[in-house]
Amino acid sequence: MDRFLDISQLSVAFPRAPVPVLREIDLTIRRGEYVAVIGHSGCGKSTLLNVIAGLLPATAGGVVLEGREVEGPGPDRAVVFQNHSLLPWLTCYQNVKLAVDQTLSRTMSRAARHDWVLENLALVRMTHAKDKRPNEISGGMKQRIGIARALAMRPKVLLLDEPFGALDALTRAHLQDQVMEIHAQRGTTVVMITHDVDEAVLLADRIVMLTNGPNARIGEVLEVELPRPRDRLALAADPRFVAARSAVLEFLHARHANPALAAA
Amino acid sequence: MNMLAPKPAAATAALSRPLPAALPRAARLKPVLLQVLPPLLVLAALVGLWEFAASGPGATLPPPSKVWEDARDLIVDPFFDRGGLDKGLFWHLLASLQRVALGFALATVAGVALGLLIGTSDFAMRGLDPLFQVLRTVPPLAWLPLSLAAFREAQPSAIFVIFITSIWPIIINTAVGVRNVPQDYRNVAAVIRLRGPAYFWKILLPAAAPYIFTGLKIGIGLSWLAIIAAEMLIGGVGIGFFIWDAWNSSNLSDIIVALIYVGLVGFALDRLVALAGRLVTHGTAAS
Ligand SMILES: Nc1ncnc2c1ncn2[C@@H]1O[C@H](COP(=O)(O)OP(=O)(O)OP(=O)(O)O)[C@@H](O)[C@H]1O
Ligand SMILES: [Mg+2]
Repeated sequence: MDRFLDISQLSVAFPRAPVPVLREIDLTIRRGEYVAVIGHSGCGKSTLLNVIAGLLPATAGGVVLEGREVEGPGPDRAVVFQNHSLLPWLTCYQNVKLAVDQTLSRTMSRAARHDWVLENLALVRMTHAKDKRPNEISGGMKQRIGIARALAMRPKVLLLDEPFGALDALTRAHLQDQVMEIHAQRGTTVVMITHDVDEAVLLADRIVMLTNGPNARIGEVLEVELPRPRDRLALAADPRFVAARSAVLEFLHARHANPALAAA
Repeated sequence: MNMLAPKPAAATAALSRPLPAALPRAARLKPVLLQVLPPLLVLAALVGLWEFAASGPGATLPPPSKVWEDARDLIVDPFFDRGGLDKGLFWHLLASLQRVALGFALATVAGVALGLLIGTSDFAMRGLDPLFQVLRTVPPLAWLPLSLAAFREAQPSAIFVIFITSIWPIIINTAVGVRNVPQDYRNVAAVIRLRGPAYFWKILLPAAAPYIFTGLKIGIGLSWLAIIAAEMLIGGVGIGFFIWDAWNSSNLSDIIVALIYVGLVGFALDRLVALAGRLVTHGTAAS
């Protein structure tokens, strides 16, 4: 099997916390695969993503990308953060340009980098706002710039941490379609954190379901065998879509109900 | 349901009316008037009250009418120069502003540098912060005798007093800004591997800029407070000594005119730093 991104026996504990957040996570991701990680709030989804990104150290076990152990953050694992994280003093163009200049200056000429920034802005349909600053554009637009910035680094893996979490349903649907399109076009491997079941089933090839923390493990992995390109309207009534959806719902709400709600 | 029905109809009727191309002139003037009118009214009322209060037989201060009479040439011509200390207010203010500019510029450079140092190094923070916390409470004028003794000259002493007065808020705010670079920005920098000088110029400094400008704004205000007091003691050309000189010759009207100028210049300085801050940070201070 293609072991493109390999997470093995990964445990993560925070200092001064007696119990690890994640315990012995094993997951192998193929090249070009779209994996969604779903779980209740606070179970350790962002923690898992941050370890893959290299922003957090693993307590035990580790992450191997294309045969090389992850030891720190780097542009081969670009992250779209939960809250966009654009630099407010730079324009949209400059935000993307900074990442491109920093990561591709050795392989691309100045003019090529400029074109590459514009190409990525066009990919997320944000060319019109390239000279605006983040505080002048909407939340959905910021998230698109964040995606453009991540894609522009030519990452081996794109890490998305609830990229559409803070958006309204219409904007979210629109961005989901765009991300699907980009995934089809560029073939980037994607790991996406979400707590939206429909989003996971619509976008992912595989859905990884985490149990509640602490000591969160992978409870179940579901293959979503829907053909691509996927169309949200046609799928809504597709029995395979409905079955996948209810399998995830059943996991989240029947077998691993939100502990905070269960206690109340 | 029935009660709600007329509403949409009314709304569409209002929308279908053509919008006027531009607001009528009266409507455009109104907001300006609303801004300008209240302060003017308050000012007029205060001047009236002052005139009334200072016109009695036992009044110790001159009323506005007398100030205008006494200090007419001072008010209408700030640029005259009859040699020595007998100059228009412009020249006195200019001398004071030059001292402030020099002292404040030095304080900005040293303050930002020290702020960056204690913001980035825990050792420097532990070593220097207690010292700064004590020194910053020393009143500006308490430094004057010491600096006169050290520099043996009025001009550098006054500049030193400005420097030592305005440097503390600059240091402290810069350090706070550096320590508060959001984790998000640091994560972005880490992912694209921005380090060392590039990190300093592209992330740290812009992220701290709004804090630095807060420090500068407090600093310029304190400088202007301190220079007036310092000049009263050191003499020479300068608005502080002008006031002191007027007091010694019992020229109360001149003092009042000078006070108004001092207030206006202080206000302008504050706005100038705020404007510079907005230009440099592109108005991102709020977000
Ligand atoms: N820096 C930290 N120090 C200590 N504990 C932490 C730290 N960061 C996160 N945690 C704990 O780790 C657990 C998992 O956090 P994480 O942010 O990964 O959750 P999440 O699944 O992403 O939640 P959400 O869906 O709300 O974003 C939480 O219980 C949290 O309290
Ligand atoms: Mg999270």
